[in-house]
Amino acid sequence: MIRLEKRPQPSQAWSLATPLVAVLATMVFGGLLFAVLGKPPVEAIRTIFWEPLFGEFSFYYRPQLLVKGAPLVLIAIGLSLGFRAGIWNIGAEGQYIMGAIVGAGVGLAFYPLEAWYIFPLMVIGGALGGWIWAMIPAVLKVKFGTNEILVSLMLVYVAEQLLASVSLGLLKNPEGFGFPGSRNLQQYASAHNADLIEGSGMHWGVVAALIAVIFAYVLLNRHMLGFHIRLTGEAPRAARFAGVNPARLILFCLGTSGALAGMAGLFEVSGPSGQVSIDFGVGYGFTAIIVAFLGRLHPVGILLAGGLMALTYIGGEIAQSQLGLPAAAIQVFQGMLLFFLLALDLLTNYRIRLAKSEVAS
Amino acid sequence: MTQPLLRLQGLTKAYPGVIANDGVSFEIGAGEVHALLGENGAGKSTLVKMIYGLVKPDSGTMELRGQPFAPPEPRAARADGIAMVFQHFSLFDALNVAENIALGMENPPPLRDLASRIREVSETYGLPLDPFRTVGDLSAGERQRVEIIRCLLQDPKLLIMDEPTSVLTPQEVDILFQTLRKLKAEGTSILYISHKLEEIRALCDAATILRLGKNVGTCVPAETSARDMAELMVGTALKSPERAGRALGDVVLDVSGLSVPSPSAFGTSLKNLHLAVRKGEVLGIGGVAGNGQDELLAVLSGEILTEADAVKLEGQPIGRMNPTARRRLGLLTAPEERLGHAAAPDMSLTENALLTGSVREGLERRGFLKWGPTRTFAERIIQAFDVRTPGPENAARSLSGGNLQKFVIGREVLQDPGVLVVNQPTWGVDASAAAAIRQAILDLAAKGAAVICISQDLDELMEISDTFAALNEGRLSAPRPAAGLTVDEIGLMMGGAHGMEVAHV
Repeated sequence: MIRLEKRPQPSQAWSLATPLVAVLATMVFGGLLFAVLGKPPVEAIRTIFWEPLFGEFSFYYRPQLLVKGAPLVLIAIGLSLGFRAGIWNIGAEGQYIMGAIVGAGVGLAFYPLEAWYIFPLMVIGGALGGWIWAMIPAVLKVKFGTNEILVSLMLVYVAEQLLASVSLGLLKNPEGFGFPGSRNLQQYASAHNADLIEGSGMHWGVVAALIAVIFAYVLLNRHMLGFHIRLTGEAPRAARFAGVNPARLILFCLGTSGALAGMAGLFEVSGPSGQVSIDFGVGYGFTAIIVAFLGRLHPVGILLAGGLMALTYIGGEIAQSQLGLPAAAIQVFQGMLLFFLLALDLLTNYRIRLAKSEVAS
Repeated sequence: MTQPLLRLQGLTKAYPGVIANDGVSFEIGAGEVHALLGENGAGKSTLVKMIYGLVKPDSGTMELRGQPFAPPEPRAARADGIAMVFQHFSLFDALNVAENIALGMENPPPLRDLASRIREVSETYGLPLDPFRTVGDLSAGERQRVEIIRCLLQDPKLLIMDEPTSVLTPQEVDILFQTLRKLKAEGTSILYISHKLEEIRALCDAATILRLGKNVGTCVPAETSARDMAELMVGTALKSPERAGRALGDVVLDVSGLSVPSPSAFGTSLKNLHLAVRKGEVLGIGGVAGNGQDELLAVLSGEILTEADAVKLEGQPIGRMNPTARRRLGLLTAPEERLGHAAAPDMSLTENALLTGSVREGLERRGFLKWGPTRTFAERIIQAFDVRTPGPENAARSLSGGNLQKFVIGREVLQDPGVLVVNQPTWGVDASAAAAIRQAILDLAAKGAAVICISQDLDELMEISDTFAALNEGRLSAPRPAAGLTVDEIGLMMGGAHGMEVAHV
């Protein structure tokens, strides 16, 4: 019989090894899946993991990795703070959209004025938009004990409706010949989140994501607030005993993750996407949840996980176009990654023993 | 000599890293009350689990009435006439007594028949119990009765009782002992597990003493002094705590007219509580578990806020202050539950030292943590309180209960508190470590700190307290000087027999 035995303390080695083993297992089983679909497995895996980084067209794909990865990392860092404390913000997608709407709205309000302070104001507006959207579940939870999972999730759909509304109304491009969507911010220099180095994909969102990683690392490892966040997640009663104010922690965690998601939305709308449009939200807010867990809720882990996730996205797209793999197969492949990671996570706290049954009952 | 009821020979059971039982042999005669003595972790529980069929021995044999006996599961053990009352009750609060008993039976009779049998058995053995009362409303003593009657309905030949008196007032213990004597007179054997020596001397015919899984001696309790038995249990000579004579100073902590509704459905509300502790005083608060101990600690630690004036520290109202602010003023606390309340299980000892030590030990500056001094503080606790661990980077959950308890108490004592409140400071701690903890509490008081010690161990309270009060259903009795209190008086302060009476038949 296989038995799980709790380790006296979490295994450091497994904690580091599980992401690697999970990636390997995904390659093996994903390869089998592709083989069953009649595609060359090795070729497919190589296309997904190798092509975007070192392939013939990598000069095109590498900037794409940054563009895809930055919002994922930025949002996931914010989410991980709450997740560490057992506060579940599932609505980052909504906060991302609200950040984009408010931030873009600030920029468009100045149109066509050109001034250096417009973009910083937009960033603040984006953060504020996401923050306000996240404070709704936070305040409801603190005041009435509502479930933040449900409220934040439902607000995603409200945000999507608002997005559709402003795309067709308030923020619609007056010179857009009636097409839905705002003016293109890429054509408005003061509001354009352009590449810092032309063609590198390195825009302000990437910088913000890196700063967020460092900020979160320092917070969690060197600051009392970060200690209280970890303590609340691991032992809520001990946290109260230590003097943590749960309400303040809920407001901080939800607020911070909302602000970061809002900023991610602003960087996206003012840069790669360029305009507020009905189909602006593409699920970064949900994928970031996966990234946060893939990175084990650790800032550096999230940075790597965001890169890996972006890689499977772009590699998956290449595999679709070059090898004709169905999109669903790529999604299954990404699902496998999360599955193996969570399953292998068990080994951090438990060891597997092959032993005969000892307890009679 | 007649054939013994149960004979154990060379029972051995090893778990990874520890030998729980190592060649344990003894016999229990018919109609004998046999005590199994030993410290926590001596292997008592493993041994009775083997007899009850919960655990299979690695080697060794058991004989019941001369026949080989190896129950594969508790059902088989029960069929052979062995019954067990566990230390922790397995009862459903929302069901009534008869329903609870029916749930534990193989083929329960209709409830009405069962109820009349429950009445019959309970009256025969002097354990009155209404079969239709809801278990949630019963006191701990009455719940234990449910468990005992559940066993007696099986007509057992051997009744195993695991620490039955830890939840009872002295009066309730008397009632229990009368029942057990009656059972014994009818020829039922009883295996009685405890570490309370005076009880064993009063009740048991023979005692087997376990230490570190080995049988280290047998004795006739009535003819052996409690001290000798204790030393057999511990293996070394015991040191009693020393208390220096000291003058009491001014009142430091003053609680007046405190009423707090319970934060949870099955908790206890505190009702109109008054207490005052002076510098250098140890106030012992006794009472059966679940009578408001956790709530009292939470009110003092700042986990439950009250009206500002209800709790005063050196005249300053602190009822609305959070735990951190109270620590800054010198009021430190150590809750009963070590894992998850006093300490975070998966965090290292260093991080756990930070948990309460940040303010008074200066382990943070403007919110930024100083890990170096924190580690030093953790090492100081480990050193001063002889915490057995490879080092402060180990997770709290990797420590044994007793060691973690030493760490938790040490963490507060070393912060030099003005007032220290501890709940069950030596629960699950071996005798020598318990003595060290009590000594540390007394030393702290001798230095002028006020100490409140909440405990269910009356011997402990009598050993260290200057004044004694008891919690009963959320009310605190008027404190009295501990010296000269009799067991009867203490029992009455604890609520007597909680409305329980011996049935007169």
